[in-house]
Amino acid sequence: MTTHAIHAAPILQTLFPNIDDWGEIGHACIDTLLMLGGSLLLTIVLGLPLGVLLYLTGRGQLRPMPKLYAVASLLVNILRSVPFIILMIVLMPVTYFLVGTKLGIRGAIPPLVIGAAPFFARLVETALREVEHGVIEASQAMGASLWQIVRHVLLPEARGGLLAGVTVTAIALVGYTAMGGAIGSGGLGDLAYRYGYLSYKSDYMLVTVVLLIVLVQLLQMLGDRVVAHYGRR
Amino acid sequence: MIRFVDVHKSYRVEGRDIPALKPFSLEVADGEVFGIIGLSGAGKSTLIRLINLLERPSGGTIFVGDTEMTALAEPALRTQRRRIGMIFQHFNLLASQTVANNVAFPMRLAGERDLAVLRKRVDELLARVGLTDHADKYPSQLSGGQKQRVGIARALANKPSILLCDEATSALDPQTTASVLDLLAEINRELRLTIVLITHEMDVVRRVCDRVAVLDAGEIVERGSVIDVFLHPQHTTTKRFVNEALPEEAVGEETAFARVPGRILRLSFRGEATWTPALGQVARDTGIDFNLLAGRIDRIKDMPYGQLTLAMQGEHIDAAMSALRKAGIDIEELRA
Repeated sequence: MTTHAIHAAPILQTLFPNIDDWGEIGHACIDTLLMLGGSLLLTIVLGLPLGVLLYLTGRGQLRPMPKLYAVASLLVNILRSVPFIILMIVLMPVTYFLVGTKLGIRGAIPPLVIGAAPFFARLVETALREVEHGVIEASQAMGASLWQIVRHVLLPEARGGLLAGVTVTAIALVGYTAMGGAIGSGGLGDLAYRYGYLSYKSDYMLVTVVLLIVLVQLLQMLGDRVVAHYGRR
Repeated sequence: MIRFVDVHKSYRVEGRDIPALKPFSLEVADGEVFGIIGLSGAGKSTLIRLINLLERPSGGTIFVGDTEMTALAEPALRTQRRRIGMIFQHFNLLASQTVANNVAFPMRLAGERDLAVLRKRVDELLARVGLTDHADKYPSQLSGGQKQRVGIARALANKPSILLCDEATSALDPQTTASVLDLLAEINRELRLTIVLITHEMDVVRRVCDRVAVLDAGEIVERGSVIDVFLHPQHTTTKRFVNEALPEEAVGEETAFARVPGRILRLSFRGEATWTPALGQVARDTGIDFNLLAGRIDRIKDMPYGQLTLAMQGEHIDAAMSALRKAGIDIEELRA
């Protein structure tokens, strides 16, 4: 929290009479971005291999393992079907065990990752399935090993789809971080909930919602650009 | 040499075995261009994939050179596959990589890291297929024929002794097909590469193959040198393929000849016999009369051949026929 309140220009004071400390909003923005960045990175680290596993072990794929696929798929579906706010509460002991706190940015990251990684894994699986079978067969004919196929064929060929998946996941994570605010993870969601909802200061609500919209919009634009640049065929 | 011994293949679909290839044995000699022709669903895709074990046979053994492919475990099989190039109907290039990287890919897979070595070999290969100026383009920027040339360069990268062509020209227009086939013939000649190709077009077989096997519903119904199969097709499927490669008026000729008097013969010339004036000579010597009904002169790979259908009249037809046979001409009697 900031120690010195930052007072706004008079015009902002008239428009948003309840907001006396804009620094707090700036701080909340940074918290949201930190939660987003940290959880997105870990989501990719965990979700990408999980997605590759789902793809490879699926029916008719390179290493079909129906039982393993069924278990992984069920786990992913369970995690995806629990509403995030509930997942967060259920996971509290796990969170505490992993990072030693249930609150703040650190406390928010484990549930964010556990909620988003299965979602991202499904997007990875779908993106990999878009890779033409013929290209995989050609690399098998060239004597490529499974690892070489994953590393040099599947991932680069699915790059566009994977990057689009990262964008969608990042935007979903923005929503999740806002929900996390309700149970003490800080960030823009926290402000909107505490001031905007619990204290009836609707100008707080408006400002945070606008900031979230801007953030989502920026992420989508960035994602589209990256996909257009790296996802070319 | 590629050798299939008592090989068969069936697929298990919903608990039942569906035969794809009935038991067969087959040998492809070193340095020859071997064609496998069949309609879609005849099993030719399966057959060509047995050679590099992209498909495992349900029984029998497959040899490539001295190596029993069917006995190899996964790592050894991968090493062997590097010595067998393959090209595909839809090219199957890496869309995310440049032409140069596509061509370098099999060498990288084989563990080559030295950029100078890779670059030199890629330049050589692109020069061979005539794509030197396209090294930094992406596959999507190329035409179909150019993509197949990249495929060929890639297939040759690890200096294989065998090239498998899976319907390599089926997605190309006739002119591009001709140029790709010329390139394959050139590679076969200059690198002494054994080529096995599958196709549904008799014209592809006629242009580049030395020998051909005709596949019908999972069974090899006919095999032999292209010229024999082309001039004297035995099986109905083969006849259909051969007729496809003939001009349209030749099909259904039997009914069209009903009004023509005399005995109807089909004369087949091959090699030098094509260029000798045997028919005129024999007609003069035996006093027979003939009436040309259909004919063509063409090439099978490098061998000129001719086929004439004619109606013969006169007293000494039998003598004329034996004189023609003596001159090296095959005769088939279509109507006595």
